[in-house]
Amino acid sequence: MRLLRYFPLAVENIAVRKLRSILTMLGVIIGVASVLTTLGIGRGASADIMQQIGSEGLTLLLVQSGSMFDEIRTSDRPLTMADVAALSDRSLHPDIVQAVPLYRQYIFPGAGNNTGFLEVVGTTAAYAEIHSLELAQGRFLTETEIAQSTKSVVIGADVVQRLLAGTDAVGQSLRIDRQPYTVVGVLKRQGWGRFGNLDGSAIIPLAVAQDRLRPSFTAHRHRGEYTVSEIHVNAASIERANAAARQIEQTLRLRRALTADEANDFTIDNQAWLLERVNSVAATLTAFLAGIGAISLLVGGIGIMNIMLVSVTERTREIGLRKAVGAHNRDILLQFLAEALMLTLVGGLIGIAISFGLAEVVESFSTPDFPLVVLIEPGSLAAAVSVSAACGLLFGLYPAIRATRLDPIEALRHE
Amino acid sequence: MTVLSPLIEIRNLTRTYNIGRTALHALKNVSLTIEPGEYVAIVGTSGSGKSTLLNILGLLDRPTEGTYRIRQQDAGELTDRQRTTLRNKEIGFVFQEFNLLARATARRQAELPLFYAGVSRKESRRRALDALARVGLADRADHRPEELSGGQRQRVAIARALVNSPSLLLADEPTGAIDTQTGEEVMTLFEQRHLEGLTLVVVTHDREIAARARRIITLRDGAVISDERRPAPVAP
Repeated sequence: MRLLRYFPLAVENIAVRKLRSILTMLGVIIGVASVLTTLGIGRGASADIMQQIGSEGLTLLLVQSGSMFDEIRTSDRPLTMADVAALSDRSLHPDIVQAVPLYRQYIFPGAGNNTGFLEVVGTTAAYAEIHSLELAQGRFLTETEIAQSTKSVVIGADVVQRLLAGTDAVGQSLRIDRQPYTVVGVLKRQGWGRFGNLDGSAIIPLAVAQDRLRPSFTAHRHRGEYTVSEIHVNAASIERANAAARQIEQTLRLRRALTADEANDFTIDNQAWLLERVNSVAATLTAFLAGIGAISLLVGGIGIMNIMLVSVTERTREIGLRKAVGAHNRDILLQFLAEALMLTLVGGLIGIAISFGLAEVVESFSTPDFPLVVLIEPGSLAAAVSVSAACGLLFGLYPAIRATRLDPIEALRHE
Repeated sequence: MTVLSPLIEIRNLTRTYNIGRTALHALKNVSLTIEPGEYVAIVGTSGSGKSTLLNILGLLDRPTEGTYRIRQQDAGELTDRQRTTLRNKEIGFVFQEFNLLARATARRQAELPLFYAGVSRKESRRRALDALARVGLADRADHRPEELSGGQRQRVAIARALVNSPSLLLADEPTGAIDTQTGEEVMTLFEQRHLEGLTLVVVTHDREIAARARRIITLRDGAVISDERRPAPVAP
């Protein structure tokens, strides 16, 4: 590129006017540094949120009865097995892979040295699959056990200690609500998640739970149908989760005969939607910061144009001389463009360096409760450099054109 | 004696400046011819049009009327690019006020025409040092103008004017800003080159400097009032 020939000259001209050059660059330096840092804080926060949400389980939708505003999710109209069956119709719900029912009761076990309630969950074999459950011992409930309503149980890690006094749990008998169940598996410890905590739960076949457990919060049946506490729906992909949520909503509203002005009396918890929200907030933030960046670069650019115009006037004689000894208009144009480009590029690079320093400072205020991570992405750096360069070319152009228009005789006569 | 085609040929040349509503005739109907290898002094009082004539000869200015042919090319038909290239390769300029770049070393000053001629860095450096050596400044190549005397500055300017081996050297009051002794040294440098075939046109109002030339053209109010040719000085 021909422009490169003029860079040594530009470096020289900038170097001999150090203070002025730095002051000129200041606008670009501040603009680049502040935008990169604030953008980095935004990106860091959004990455932190994304990490908290996690990519696992994002295809899972949690359907419960009761509106989002009810303090306790109980409703006159619980979800039933008929709802599960309806949602399992693939032709009406193309974005749903499967709908898994969950029936939950709280039982006082009355055995061992425990004092609290035991959460008993009735579900199907698919539950382990959609939640990617891992077992510490044994296996999960099988299709056959579910179909034949076998009294088998898979227990959480805490239950082993609470009710079976440690050791080898698989094969032992556990009494739940006066009925004996055979332990077939023990879950790995999971801790709290979006779907609660299974560490203290016992999982038994759905039909067994619906038939044999005394109801605590949820009624057994509703209009002749077995009720379910929750339906866990697995969408085909994260991208299709929102579509799946709409399909569920449509079906349930129809089944509950809700009119257009009635709100949903059920809740669909969709984390893909949350993810989308986080992304959209991040995009708004980015656009906002880019706007501030554009304004500060505009101010910086005007500063550069101003100084370049002063420089052209000061160096009128030099320009005249260069023309006299053989500089074409293009040579003059490129020389001044190279100078403007150099100013903004160096300014941009200094701005980048400062933004890394600022990132360190910001991160030093980070606490475990309020983590501050500044994430300066390579894409942002590339954008900073190219926008600075574009700024130099844009705002250097007019002074450079002014320089080429100088009449060499007038220029040489200039005092 | 060989008959050469003229280097410079101007016919009925007029240059008018419009200052507000009044027209100022800097040059009026000037015709003259300069052969290759001539040594010409152009004299006249200030305002006589001698600088205007020099600017037109140097392709820095264009005549209002009349024709200017340099090396048999009509200057009026040349594009800006061609005129610039011709200035770069065929014409050297020396100014009264030297017109050096304020912060560049003598070598960089001398390299300037070569930079615009697209000569490689290495070659530029060699030729610039060579040109400086020829004006006796080999040991001042890394000095900036503020570190040089007036005479040395003018010699740097001469090195710059001659670095691209032009066929025509135009000097506008080259001794105007330096003392007489140094002025003579500068003229001697020009005359050495003249003896090697360089065509020399010197604008001056100094009669003694003019007297060194072989031809003296006198201008008054934009017109040629005398054009005298003198015999070669007899070697002492």
